[in-house]
Amino acid sequence: MPGRFQAVVDGAERELCCVGCAAAARLIDQMGLANYYRFRDEGGAPRPPDAVDRARYAVWDRPRMLDAVARSCPGAAGEREVEILLEGIRCAACVWLVEGSLGQLPGVSEVQVALATGRMRLQWQPAELPLSEVLGRLAALGFAPQPVEGNVVLEAQARARRQALKRLFVAGIGMMQVMTFAAAVYIGLPAGMEDQFHEFFRIISMIVATPVVLYSAAPFFRRAWLDIRLRTVSMDVPVSIAIGGGWAASIWFTWLGHGEVYFDSITMFTFYLLLGRYLEMQARHRAGDVADALARLTPQSAMRLDADGQATVIGVAELEVGDRVRVLPGEHFPADGRIVAGRTHADESLLTGESVPQSRQAGDAVIGGSLNLGAAVDVSIERVGGDTLLSGIARMLHRAQAERPPMARAADRIARWFVGGTLLVACTVFWIWSQLDPSRAFEITLAVLIVTCPCALSLAMPTALTTGTGRLARGGLLVTRQGSLERLARADTVILDKTGTLTQGRIRLRAVEVTGREPAARALALALALESHSEHPLAGAFVADASALVPDGAPLESLVATEVVNHPGQGLSGIIAGGEYRIGNRAFITGWPLSLPDASAEPGTEVLLADRSGLLAVFRVEDQLRPGAARAVTDLRAMGLEPWLASGDQPAAVAEVARRLGIDSWRGGQLPEDKLSLIRELQAAGRRVVMVGDGINDAPVLAGADVSVALVRGTPLAQNAAGMVLTGESLAPLPAGIGVSRQTLRVIRQNLGLSLAYNLSALPLAAAGLVPPWLAAIGMSASSLIVVLNALRLGRLPMGETVTPDRPQVTRTQAAGG
Amino acid sequence: MEIIFVLIPLGLILLLFAVWAFFWAVRNRQFDNLDAEAWRILMDGDQAPPPREPADRDR
Repeated sequence: MPGRFQAVVDGAERELCCVGCAAAARLIDQMGLANYYRFRDEGGAPRPPDAVDRARYAVWDRPRMLDAVARSCPGAAGEREVEILLEGIRCAACVWLVEGSLGQLPGVSEVQVALATGRMRLQWQPAELPLSEVLGRLAALGFAPQPVEGNVVLEAQARARRQALKRLFVAGIGMMQVMTFAAAVYIGLPAGMEDQFHEFFRIISMIVATPVVLYSAAPFFRRAWLDIRLRTVSMDVPVSIAIGGGWAASIWFTWLGHGEVYFDSITMFTFYLLLGRYLEMQARHRAGDVADALARLTPQSAMRLDADGQATVIGVAELEVGDRVRVLPGEHFPADGRIVAGRTHADESLLTGESVPQSRQAGDAVIGGSLNLGAAVDVSIERVGGDTLLSGIARMLHRAQAERPPMARAADRIARWFVGGTLLVACTVFWIWSQLDPSRAFEITLAVLIVTCPCALSLAMPTALTTGTGRLARGGLLVTRQGSLERLARADTVILDKTGTLTQGRIRLRAVEVTGREPAARALALALALESHSEHPLAGAFVADASALVPDGAPLESLVATEVVNHPGQGLSGIIAGGEYRIGNRAFITGWPLSLPDASAEPGTEVLLADRSGLLAVFRVEDQLRPGAARAVTDLRAMGLEPWLASGDQPAAVAEVARRLGIDSWRGGQLPEDKLSLIRELQAAGRRVVMVGDGINDAPVLAGADVSVALVRGTPLAQNAAGMVLTGESLAPLPAGIGVSRQTLRVIRQNLGLSLAYNLSALPLAAAGLVPPWLAAIGMSASSLIVVLNALRLGRLPMGETVTPDRPQVTRTQAAGG
Repeated sequence: MEIIFVLIPLGLILLLFAVWAFFWAVRNRQFDNLDAEAWRILMDGDQAPPPREPADRDR
C-alpha cells in the first residue's frame, strides 16, 4: 500500500511497510544512525509483530529475574553484565546499529555484539537504566531480544579459542625465528661458518624452540597421555613422539656440541598442526546454534494466577512447582505442567518430533516450550528450571554440538588406523636402521613420524566445510545445522511449499461473494475476527485488506472471537457473539458436516466462511509468484533435481501454480502429515529430499526431510526446525547453494585423495632414509597448505547475484523496511 | 660478526615484548569477534546527514 507509512530518513521521506517499521526508522534517524541503511547487507531483520511492546520486558526489572541472568561486575561498583540473544542480526550494519544506539544511553558502559552468534554482551548500571528500557529499545529497532543465562558452553568455547590463539602465536613466532637461524646455518656451514657461531645458533634455537614445545605443543602431549591411559591411539601419539623425541634429542646434541639438531623441523611441525586444529575448532564452534534456537523457544514470562484468580506477569525464573499459570493461544508453555482448566491443542513437534498438534485438556500433561495453538488454558506447574524436558533436550544438544560432523568423524577413523600403522612402521624402521646404521636410526625414524602425520587428512574436511558454509552464508543461504551441507549436495528431490515459498506469501484478498444470508460487511468482520488469531499468511490478507473491501467505504464492524482453534492445513473455528463459525478450505467446511455448492471456475484460492446452518461467504484470495521462482525451478531441474510442489491449498490453485512454474509433480490439499508421508514415500524410494517451507505447519515436515530450508520471512518455529535458512527474498540462492555444496563435497574428496596419496607415497621414501627431518616437515606443511588452499577456492565460487542485493537500492530508492 | 651475540638476544627480548602484547590483546577479547570489526572502520559514529543528490527524490 503505497503512501500509508512514511518516515523521514536521512532527510528524505521514505515509504515503509508498516507502522512499526516507520517508528523504528524514525528512531534510527533521530539518533543520527541513518547510515545503517547504507551499510546493511540485506533487507534487514524480519520483525515479530509484537516486538515493540515494551511492557512485555518489564518483568526483567524484577530483582529475581535480573539476578537470574545478570552477573555483577567485580571491577565496577553497581555495574552488571548480561548476555542477550538478538533475533535478526544479519550483517555488520546491524551490529553497528545496536552498538551505536545502545552506546548512547546513559548508564551503558559497554556493548558488544557478536555477528556470528547473534549474541550481545551488555555491561551497564541497573540503577541508572532499567533493563526493560534496553530491551524495549532493541525491540523498537527490530531485533527481538532475549536475555539468557551466561552460557557456560559458549564461554568455555571462547576461552578455548583464546587459549589456542595464544599457543598458535607462540608457535608461529617461534617457528619464524628458528627457521631464520636454521637458514643461516644451512647457508653458513658450507661457506665455512666458524664453530662458535654454529654453537651459538644451536643454543639460541633451543631457547626459542623450548617454549614452543612446552607451551604450544602441550595439548598434544596431554591428549597423547590420555590416549595411552585409555589404551587407544590417535594422531596425538605419533605427533607427541615426534615433537618430544625431536626436541629431547636436539637438546642432547646441543649439549654435546655436535650432531644434527631438529628445532626447525619440530617448531614448523607444531605450528602447522596448531593452525589446522585452530581452523577446525573454529568451524566446529561456528557450526550449530541449535541451543540458541531452543533458548529462544523458552518463554521469558508467565502469567501467574493467585488464589482469587488475579493474574500477574512474572518471570519464568520465579515460577515454582505448584504455581497456577494461564497460557494464552500462540504462547509457549512456560514449564512442564498439567492442564487444570480449558482444552486446547499443543504443538510439540520441536520437542517430541510428533508432527500433529496434540489435543490437551484438563488433567493432561503439557511440555514447557511447546506452543499453545488452541485456546487459553490454566496450567498447574510440575517441573521448573533444569528439571524440565526442554532443558534436558538443551543439554543433549550441547553434547551433540561438541561432536564433529559425521564426515569428519569418518576421516578420524581412517586417521586412527593410519596412526596405528604409522607407529608400527616407525618402530620397524627404527629397529632395522639401528641394525644397519645406528647413527642415522633416530633421524630417519623422526622423518617417518613427521612425514606420515595425517594432519592434511584431518584438515581436508573441516577447512572445506567451513569455507563452503561461509560462501553459502554470504550468498544468502545460512547453514544452521551440522551435516546439512553434505546432505544438500547429495539431494535429488526438492519439495517446495506453495504459500509463502514459491509465492510471495503476501496474499491479497481480492473479492468477497456472499450467499445472501449476511451482508458482505458482516461476513468480512466475522472472517477478520477469526483470522486475527492466526499466523498463517492467509490470515494476514484478511487483516490487511478486509476493511478495503467493505462496500461504500463504511467502517468495518469490530467483533471478537473466542475459543478460536487452529486446525493446521484446514482453517479456524471459533465462537463469535454466541454463534459457532468456521473459516477455511472446502474440506474443512464440508467436514463439519455441511453440504456446499460446487466450486466455481474462478481463478485463485477460495476461503469459505460458514456457520452451523450453512455457507455465509466465499472469499477469493490471490498470491503472486515470488520473483525468480520460475528461474529457480528451472535451475533446480537443470541441476538434476526433481521439483515437487506440495501445498495445503486447494488442488486447483496448486495446479495453477505448478503449471505456471512448469512443475510436473504436485499435490494439493496436503495436511502436514500428508506432506510428511510424501517425504517418507520419496525417501523409501531411495530419494534424498530437500524440503523448502516457511509456516508453522511446515515445521514438523521440515524436521522430517533430509535437508530442510526455511525462509527468513517465515515463522520462527519453521526456522528453528530447519537445517538451512534462506536469508533473502529470492529463491535463487537455493540452486546456487546446491552447486556450492556439491563443489564442497568434490573438494573434500580431492583433499582426502591428495593427503592420502601424499602420506602413502612419502612413507616408503622416509623409511628408506631418503628424507631428512626438515624436508619431511616441509613436505608435511606443503601437503597441509595445498589442502587448505584447495578448500579456500570454495570461498570464491560465483553464486548468482544474491550477494548484498539491497545495498545500492536502499540508498537510492525509498524502500526502507525496519 | 661478533655483533650477532648482542643483536640476536636483543631481538629475542623484542620478541618477548611482542608475545606479551599479543597475549594482552587476546586476554582483552580483541580477537573474539573478527567479522564485524573489519567494517567498523568504514562506519562513522555520528555523521551528519550528507547532502543528497536529486536522484533521491525521483518517486
